Amino acid sequence: MESLKIDHIIKKYQAENGEVTALDDIEFTVQQGEFVSLVGPSGCGKSTLLSIIAGLEQPTHGNVYVGGKKVSGVSPQIGYMLQKDNLLEWRTILNNVLLGLEIQNRKTKENVEYAEQLLQTYGLYEFKDKYPSQLSGGMRQRAALIRTLAVKPDILLLDEAFSALDYQTRLAVTDDVYRILKQEGKTTLMVTHDIPESISMSDRIVVMTGRPATVKEIHTITFDLPQRSPLLCREQPEFSKYFNLIWKELDVHV
Amino acid sequence: MSETTISKERQIYLRHKKRRKRSILVIQVSIVVVFLVLWEVLARVGIVDSFILSQPSRILDTYVSLFQDDLWMHIGVTCYETLIGFLLGTVLGTLVAVALWWSSYLSKVMEPFLVVLNSLPKIALGPVIIIWVGAGMQAIIVMALAISLIVTIMDVLHGFLNTDVETIQMARTFGATKRQIFLKIVMPSNVHTLFNSLKVNIGLSMVGVIAGEFLVSKAGLGYLIVYGGQVFKLDLVMASVIILAVVAALMYEAVVLLERFVNSRLSHKP
Repeated sequence: MESLKIDHIIKKYQAENGEVTALDDIEFTVQQGEFVSLVGPSGCGKSTLLSIIAGLEQPTHGNVYVGGKKVSGVSPQIGYMLQKDNLLEWRTILNNVLLGLEIQNRKTKENVEYAEQLLQTYGLYEFKDKYPSQLSGGMRQRAALIRTLAVKPDILLLDEAFSALDYQTRLAVTDDVYRILKQEGKTTLMVTHDIPESISMSDRIVVMTGRPATVKEIHTITFDLPQRSPLLCREQPEFSKYFNLIWKELDVHV
Repeated sequence: MSETTISKERQIYLRHKKRRKRSILVIQVSIVVVFLVLWEVLARVGIVDSFILSQPSRILDTYVSLFQDDLWMHIGVTCYETLIGFLLGTVLGTLVAVALWWSSYLSKVMEPFLVVLNSLPKIALGPVIIIWVGAGMQAIIVMALAISLIVTIMDVLHGFLNTDVETIQMARTFGATKRQIFLKIVMPSNVHTLFNSLKVNIGLSMVGVIAGEFLVSKAGLGYLIVYGGQVFKLDLVMASVIILAVVAALMYEAVVLLERFVNSRLSHKP
């Protein structure tokens, strides 16, 4: 089933010194429960595309459909995770996790219970009355993910969600988040500049060109694993094959 | 790190630290004592003219008679005027800052006016203020307000505008309205900005009050200072200045205490 449809998106920016075309006719779809990554040269407009999907920005042309319905403005069906965890230091972990529900005026008993249950399932329940500064980087990121999941979105957008973490934490958090997203059956679209990260997590990878960004190629990533996890994927022989393929396609010149 | 197993190095470190702290305090106290004694002695032997420079024992005498007189009334008047000016400056300044944060268009329009008003020495407005609101306590309060208002607006607005953009973006991804962004993100992340502005304001407000009292008043510490100067009672001037310094320090400390209280209630510092 088609969960997300990007329908011929064009985005032009108007600036004093001229017009910039950031996205030029982007088109692809993401299936229900699928994990798709967007990779491309830095500054090519990947994050712009996520902002458009999230309804934070308007496309110049084209439409985004979530579950067949056109996106207009921010919708609770879409969860968006940013680079930093952005936990509010003056709120406890529980109150941080409830922020989204609070903003959307959906802080009902059921939803609060669901959030608490998420904390329970993902090992943060005993920290619910602690403050963000008392948690490790990995736990903070997990709390941010639960904050996003608490509003029950159908689709998750990850915008370089792990790049603020150090390498070791990042590998562990990637595994963690992947497991949680698969367990919750969420459709995910991730923007990253980290090719290994995208290969290790994705079912498909959308490779984009430099500005103006277009879709260059879409790769299907398959590993011969009964139970896939990002760390296991990194050990597979196919991994370097995919890496070389995408690296060449990105055509990076220094 | 339990209490029982303090290593020798740590003991030395702790002892060193304690000794240093004590020595600083001793020197500070001795500076004051030596200064007062020297002043008194030099005045008594006639090297400094106590008519112009006063002297500690005469200041002390002045206190005794002032306390019998109406010193508390003068302190009360100055404190009252300072507090009113301070509260008005803080509240109005914060409200204007909120409005300017809300509308970047309005903020852009107001920018040059704020810059000019900020650099203008507000004391120059003294005569105008007296004509507008009348020569009395109201003029003094308006003067205190004029001095603290613009600084408050600029400081608080600066704090608001420097709220982490990613945190605001995070709130927007949940569909937060401008009002929600302000109440849930911008305001709580600027508690320290507000308190910094309070600390600056209490001092500025006092500058305004004393300047105002110089110009129009019939009571207050500023009045005592001007009066003492006019009738060449330097003892009175010195005594009032010292009281003023103490009052100013106490008011500042009160804000610091309030900040500590609010911080322990609202936010969390590990």
